Amino acid sequence: MTVLSVEGLSKTFDMHVLGDTQVVGLDDVSFDVREGEFLAVVGESGSGKSSLLKCLYRTYDPTGGRIVYHGADELADGDAGDGIDLAACDDREVIALRDATIGYTSQFLDEIPRVPAVDVVARPLREQGVPAEDARGEARELLSRLDLPEALWEAYPATFSGGERQRVNLAQALSPRPTLLLLDEPTSALDPETRQAAIDLLREYVGEDTTVVGVFHNTAVIEAVADRVVVLDDGKLQRVVPVADFEGEVVG
Amino acid sequence: MTDERTADDPVASTDGGTTVPTDSVDAVLDSLDGDGLSGYNYAYLDEHTKREVRRATLKAVAVPGHQVPYASRPMPLARGWGTGGIQASLSLLGPDETFKVVDQGADESVNAANIRRLAENTADVETTTDTTEAGVVQTRHRIPEEVLTDEQILVLQVPITDPLRKVDSSDAANRRRHAHKNYGKMWVHLYENVVEWGEINIASRYPTMVAERYLMDPSPIPRWDVPKLDDAENLYVFAAGREARIYAVPPHTDVEPLAFEDREFTVERFPDAACHACGSTDTYLVEVSEESESPQTTREEGGGEAADSSFETRYACNDSSFCEKRREDSDIPKDHHLDREGVDWGPGTPDNEEASSGGAGE
Amino acid sequence: MTLLDAEGLRTVYGDGCDRCLDATGDRAGTNQCPHCGSVVACAEADLTVRAGEVLGIVGESGSGKSSLAEQLALERDPDAETDGVVRYAGHEGNLLDVDYETRHDLRTGDIALVHQHIRDGLNPEFTGGGNVAEKLLSAGWRSFEDVRARVRELFEATEIPVDRMDDPTSTYSGGMQRRVQIARALANDPELVVLDEPTTGLDVSVQARVLDMFRRVQREKGVAAVVVSHDLGVVRLLADRTLVMRHGRVVESGLTDRVMEDPHHEYTQTLINSVI
Repeated sequence: MTVLSVEGLSKTFDMHVLGDTQVVGLDDVSFDVREGEFLAVVGESGSGKSSLLKCLYRTYDPTGGRIVYHGADELADGDAGDGIDLAACDDREVIALRDATIGYTSQFLDEIPRVPAVDVVARPLREQGVPAEDARGEARELLSRLDLPEALWEAYPATFSGGERQRVNLAQALSPRPTLLLLDEPTSALDPETRQAAIDLLREYVGEDTTVVGVFHNTAVIEAVADRVVVLDDGKLQRVVPVADFEGEVVG
Repeated sequence: MTDERTADDPVASTDGGTTVPTDSVDAVLDSLDGDGLSGYNYAYLDEHTKREVRRATLKAVAVPGHQVPYASRPMPLARGWGTGGIQASLSLLGPDETFKVVDQGADESVNAANIRRLAENTADVETTTDTTEAGVVQTRHRIPEEVLTDEQILVLQVPITDPLRKVDSSDAANRRRHAHKNYGKMWVHLYENVVEWGEINIASRYPTMVAERYLMDPSPIPRWDVPKLDDAENLYVFAAGREARIYAVPPHTDVEPLAFEDREFTVERFPDAACHACGSTDTYLVEVSEESESPQTTREEGGGEAADSSFETRYACNDSSFCEKRREDSDIPKDHHLDREGVDWGPGTPDNEEASSGGAGE
Repeated sequence: MTLLDAEGLRTVYGDGCDRCLDATGDRAGTNQCPHCGSVVACAEADLTVRAGEVLGIVGESGSGKSSLAEQLALERDPDAETDGVVRYAGHEGNLLDVDYETRHDLRTGDIALVHQHIRDGLNPEFTGGGNVAEKLLSAGWRSFEDVRARVRELFEATEIPVDRMDDPTSTYSGGMQRRVQIARALANDPELVVLDEPTTGLDVSVQARVLDMFRRVQREKGVAAVVVSHDLGVVRLLADRTLVMRHGRVVESGLTDRVMEDPHHEYTQTLINSVI
C-alpha cells in the first residue's frame, strides 16, 4: 500500500535579495513510497535532496505538484483513502500532521543550550503527553542503543562532538515513533561502529509501522537499510531503483 | 474650669509669634465672653458651608464607605488637628444637642477641650464627657467603650482617607480601583504581612470592607474598635479636613475587616492585664509608664538602680470617661444604659471570649 | 478550536486622515503618513490563534509588533486611536469594546500579558511570591494556605528556587524576575499568554533557559501564546506559526520554519539573511 505519493513536485525559489533571480530546487519529481518502506534519496550536492525532504515536511512551500499522504487518513477531510495533499493543506493541518505522524530530523542538532541530552530526546514524547519518567526511560534506552556513553546522558549536547550530537538528534527523531520519518543525513558524522548501531536501530524501526525517506551519502548505510533508492540530479528525478540494482553505483 | 483655660492657653502659645502684652490678650479674651462672637454665624461656619458639608454627609450615608469630596474650609486650627471632624460636627449640631469630644480616649486633652469650647461658644450646645449623654461625639483614634445608640452620631477625625494609599501612592489609580472594586493590591499587602509576621499585623487603619462594596480606612482606631463598626445602631461619619473627604457607615451596615479564611482578623489582647485604676479586663488598655508614688513599693530586690525603680509600667483604660464609671461601679457592663442586655459591642472579656466569638461572625 | 480571531486591527498615533492607510505600509516604505504626519503603528492586521498554539510576531523596532500585541492583550494606550475587532472564544462581541470590568476580568483570568519591561509587570517591593499571589487574590482566592501552595507550585513550574519565594522581588536576578512574570501570567490558568520581547535584558544563557522553561510549561499546560520579538531565534524556538511585520503591516505569515527557511517576501529574505 502506498503511504506517500509524490506527483510532479516542483520548487522554485524567488531570490529577491539576489536581484529577483529564480532558483530551481525541484523540477517535476514523481515517485511513490510504500508503507513500511525505507527509501533512500541520493544525488550530488545541490541536486535537490534536502529540498525534497523539506517540501515533504513543508519547511519549503512547494511551487507545484501534489504530495498525497495516506498515513493520517483519520485527519483528512475527504473520503478515507483520498489521503491528504501535503502540498496544499494549510499551516494548521501541517502542524497537526507533524505532531501526530510525521517526524523530521536534519543533519544538525538544533537545540537550546543547557538541556541535558536525555531531556532533548525525551522532549517529543513529553509533548505527546508521556509522563516525564517514562519519556526519560525511553530516551535512555534509545541513547544506549546508539552507544552514547552513559556519562553524557545528563550532559548538555552543546558540548558534544559532531558524532555524539548526531546520535542525540537521531534518538530524538525516533523517540516519538512517527508514521513517516524524514531523515536528512542522520549518520554523516558517525564513526563506522556507531553507524552500525544506528543502522541496526533504523532497521528495527522500519517495518514497525514507520516509513522512512532519508537522504544518505554513505553507500554502506544505504545498502544496509534501504529498500529502494531515489536518485536526483539537478532537481530532477533520475530514477527510482531497488537497492539491489543500486549496488556499485557511484554516489556523489 | 473652662474659663481658666481660656485665660491660660493662648498665653502659652505665643512663643515665636508676635509679642503681645499679656493683659491685652486677657482683655481680648474677656471680650469673647460677652457678645464678641456676635459677628460669627451660628456654629462658626456660614450656612453655605454647613449645607455643603451636610450634602456631602448625606451622600456619604447613601453610598456607605465611599469617599465623598467636599469643600473643606480653613478652620481656626491647623489642618491635621481635627478640622474635618470639626466641620462635620458643627454642621450636625443644633442648640438642643449635647456634644462630647474625645482625643484618643481622653476628654481632657488640650485639643479635645478646645474643640468642645469652640462648639460651646459658637453653637450654644451643652457639652459632656459622658458618652451615654452625648448626641454627637467627635473622636480621634477611638470608638468609645460604651455602646452607642440609634440616637447618636460618632464623628471620626481622619488623617488619611484612602486605605489603598498604603499600596499605591497614586490617588487617581486608587479611585479607579474603588470604582471597580479592584482590591487585589490590598490583598497582596495582607499576604505579605502574613508572610512576614505569620499573621496580619496591621496596628491601626485596618482595611475594612463596607457593605461588600467599598474598601474603607476606618481612621487610626485600634483593631479593637473595628468590629464595633459592623451592624451598629449609630451612624459613623468620617471626616478629613486636609484631604477634603467625608465618608460614612450608616446604622446596620455590614462592615468586614479584610482577612484570609485561614488567617482571621483578630483584635488586640491584653493577657493577664487589667486596668490599674478600675480593674477592667474587657476594655482597650494602654501601657502607661508612671512615676511610682512610693519608691518603697519597688518589687525588685537589691534596688540598686533607683532611677529605674521609681518608674513602673501599668495598664490603664484608654477610654477615660468609662474608666471613671468603672471605678465607681466595677461591674457595670458596656451596655448598662440600654434597655436590652448582652448587646455585642467590641471584644468581650478574656473569660467569655469563647462564648462571644461564636456570635461575632454573624 | 479558534481561541482568538482578530480582524483589521489598527493603531494610529495622531489625528489621522483619509490617505493615511494608502500612504503608509510596506509599499510606501514608512509608517508615517506624509499628508498628516500621523504614525500608523499597525493596520490591516488579521490573525487567529487556536487553543494551545504559539504565534510568533517578528519585526524590527517600530514595525508595529508591540502595538499589535498590546491590542491582543487588551492593553489600552490612551494616546492611540485604535480600531478593529477581536473575537474571543466564549465571549460575545468585540473584545476591544468591552468595559473596564470585563477587560479586567479577562486580563485576570483568560488572557495574560508578560510585559517587556519587568518594571511594568512586577512590584519590586513585593516579595516574588506576593507578585504571583496578586493574580490569585485578584481572582478571589481567600485562603492563605491555598495561595501559598499555588504560588509554590508555580515557582516550581517556572524553575524559581522556592526558598526565595518570600524575598523582595528587587533582590531577584533578571532571569528570576522574568520567571516571576511568567509564573504570574500563568497563575490563573489562562488560555492565552502574550509575551512581549521575553528576552529583553537577559544574558544569552539565561534567555535560553527562560525560553526553554516557557516552552515546556506552555506545552504541558496547553496554553496558547503570542510571542513578540525582534529576535528570530526566540520566535523560531517558541512559535508554531509566525507573522512578519514591517512599517505597521503584516508582510508575511506561515509556519515558523517555512518563514525562516523559505521566506517569500523580500523583506523577510533580507531579515533572515541579516541574521544567518
